Amino acid sequence: MSQIKVALIGNPNTGKTSVFNKLTGLNHKVGNYPGITVEKKVGQLKLEGGVKVNILDLPGLYSLNTNSLDEEVAVEILVNDKGENYPDVVVVIADIDNLKRNLLVFTQIKDLGLPCILAINMSDNMHKKGISLDIKQLEQRLKTKIALISARKNSGFNELKELIANYKNLSIEPCTNASRVDKNYFGGLKEKFPQKNIYKLWLILSQNLYANEDEKNTIQSQLEDFRIKSNLELKRLQQKEIIARYSFINDTLKKTLTKDIKQATGLRARLDRVLMDRVWGYVIFACILLLIFQAIFTFASYPMDLIDESFAQLSEWISALLPDGQFTRLITEGVIPGIGGVVIFIPQIAFLFLFIGILEESGYMSRVVFLTDRIMKKFGLSGKSIVPLVSGTACAIPAVMASRNIENWKERLITILVIPFTTCSARLPVYLIIISLVIPNETFFGVFNYQGLVLLFLYVLGFVVAVVSAWVLHKVIKTKAQSYFVVEMPDYKPPILKNVFFTVYDNTKSFVVDAGKIIFAISIILWVLASYGPNDKFSNAEQYVNNEITAQSLDLSDDDYQTRIESFKLRHSFIGYMGKAIEPIVQPLGYDWKIGIAIITSFAAREVFVGTLATIYSVGSEDEDTIKNKMNKEVNAITGEKIYNFASGISLLLFYAFAMQCMSTLAIVKKETNTWKWPLIQLVSMSIFAYIVSLIAFQLLK
Amino acid sequence: MLSIADLKSGEKATIEDVSTEIIPLKLLEMGCLPGNTVEVLKLSKFKDPLYLNINDTFLAIRRDTAKLVYVKPIQTTI
Repeated sequence: MSQIKVALIGNPNTGKTSVFNKLTGLNHKVGNYPGITVEKKVGQLKLEGGVKVNILDLPGLYSLNTNSLDEEVAVEILVNDKGENYPDVVVVIADIDNLKRNLLVFTQIKDLGLPCILAINMSDNMHKKGISLDIKQLEQRLKTKIALISARKNSGFNELKELIANYKNLSIEPCTNASRVDKNYFGGLKEKFPQKNIYKLWLILSQNLYANEDEKNTIQSQLEDFRIKSNLELKRLQQKEIIARYSFINDTLKKTLTKDIKQATGLRARLDRVLMDRVWGYVIFACILLLIFQAIFTFASYPMDLIDESFAQLSEWISALLPDGQFTRLITEGVIPGIGGVVIFIPQIAFLFLFIGILEESGYMSRVVFLTDRIMKKFGLSGKSIVPLVSGTACAIPAVMASRNIENWKERLITILVIPFTTCSARLPVYLIIISLVIPNETFFGVFNYQGLVLLFLYVLGFVVAVVSAWVLHKVIKTKAQSYFVVEMPDYKPPILKNVFFTVYDNTKSFVVDAGKIIFAISIILWVLASYGPNDKFSNAEQYVNNEITAQSLDLSDDDYQTRIESFKLRHSFIGYMGKAIEPIVQPLGYDWKIGIAIITSFAAREVFVGTLATIYSVGSEDEDTIKNKMNKEVNAITGEKIYNFASGISLLLFYAFAMQCMSTLAIVKKETNTWKWPLIQLVSMSIFAYIVSLIAFQLLK
Repeated sequence: MLSIADLKSGEKATIEDVSTEIIPLKLLEMGCLPGNTVEVLKLSKFKDPLYLNINDTFLAIRRDTAKLVYVKPIQTTI
């Protein structure tokens, strides 16, 4: 049975996503268009009689004049009639409040000669807002069929599905005449290409569409005479087009839509007065941030602990179940912790996207953008960067994902690049243990605890460095794309739970599947490096340790004996030799080879630091006090000085504050920027910066 | 000639002309065209960005963009 291909299109904030969710439910997939970072959402729907419908949710746009990659993808799909995504029928979603503006893109798509259905969403609000619509006449004037729907009330969807099923009956006549825009230009086009759709030719001429190079080149060469010489001339024609379309739309709506002026705009004005106030606006936003921060930090820790424990138990259970051997160890020490390392982030990601979903859906997010844009603009960021940057203090992974809604690519890229400077929760265990070792637990003025102040300072430092490096990047990175800032301020609405749920579900899933693969692979590599050694000191560790014990006539308990072997093995594993190899490099920072190993393993994830040191120092349990005591007793074999002194401690804190030590973040940055270039730049430049700062700090303080 | 950037909070004006060459097309598409009405709903701190109602579309633009839209204030009699 044949499939109907439907493209869903419409302005942002028209409830297009709700309509998509209503039509397809869980039966959808989120991916990327091949080779680019534009999100592709496809879903299935089965009509009565078993006809399958494939629904493609195109990126939201205000018109077919593109100025972002997302929009180019959408227009490309509508123009390229040989493409695999070329739709049989287009459903344009409009909302009743902004019908005039929504119809702009409708008339453009109609002019492409595609069968078009107009779905007017939020139609349940019509009476409340005093709007009445002459559907019959509107259908006639727009040469289309109209479905009045409401995603919120779940009404009108049967009618919409019926229209989709009978799409062959739709008119494909344009509703405006493109030559009205400019007689000479479009008239000439029509004369030269009488068989072609001249609006389509116009889009090919005026837009930067990239796919299908072959065809593009043949068309382009034929169109050479019509190429527009200057940018200004192009803009003039585009402006004329928009004016011509609006005059048609105004005419049409004048005859079909009546609006009682005493409509209720009171809610918007009242809420705006408070939420966008020059003082209260910021106070309320700070409170909301605090709540989100709390949730990600504290509430998420319960499920995270549970996940942590469950995976540890699973490992134990399997190692008891399977015979001991390399394979079992690969499973229990490599694979399961590897998967656990991915799953552990789910609670934080889910919480963050729950809040972002609610804030976006309710219309509040645009107000935050308004409030913070001025400050962020100075640093080459946008008002939309604030949420990712703040989320970064919990975890950089969801934060990088949250930067998706910044349309301006340069601002988005800068945001992604600086996020890892903000103090994420994985740094906390490292900070806590080092601070407790090298900063006195004393207060001054009887209130301020030095340790607390240092921790606070590290948080502030992370944020300041993020913002300053954004400013530097802003000066360095050059883009062709013109920067603009036009943000629609949507109406306030109670969030539709289903949409929030899908936001959480899709984002979490995309993290688990895409970033998960990379994290998983690197965990296994690290396991291999720590589980094998180049010589017999690794494979015969027991013997060497036994010899040591006899030589020093030690009396060890079973546990101590085991951990001593573990520690000996680690020292002589590949990763142990790597630690030795980098010792000359880390020595100027005040570290020994053991810290070197911890730093290498920390490139998997920072929180590994404490656990690695625990293994190296032969501490059986990860009980913080025991590790702390051991670390405190560590002395330099030559000078007899403490390894963890004020200078090396500060140097270590600064290194962890700045170095890019998180493969999960690198994986997600790779995914979001679609190239290894940016994560590698992050890795190298942040780590060099961390090295230099730590070096200076140690050399000054020692 | 006055631009949107010269308007005070709460002031209404009619759009007379736009700097076609440099204005973001998106703004035109959202209804910022000669003949339409614009109302400044709110100015944020430092008067940037501006919160506007243009032709029944609610949007925020930065000050440097607002300077590209020339207007004639509508005299309101109180």
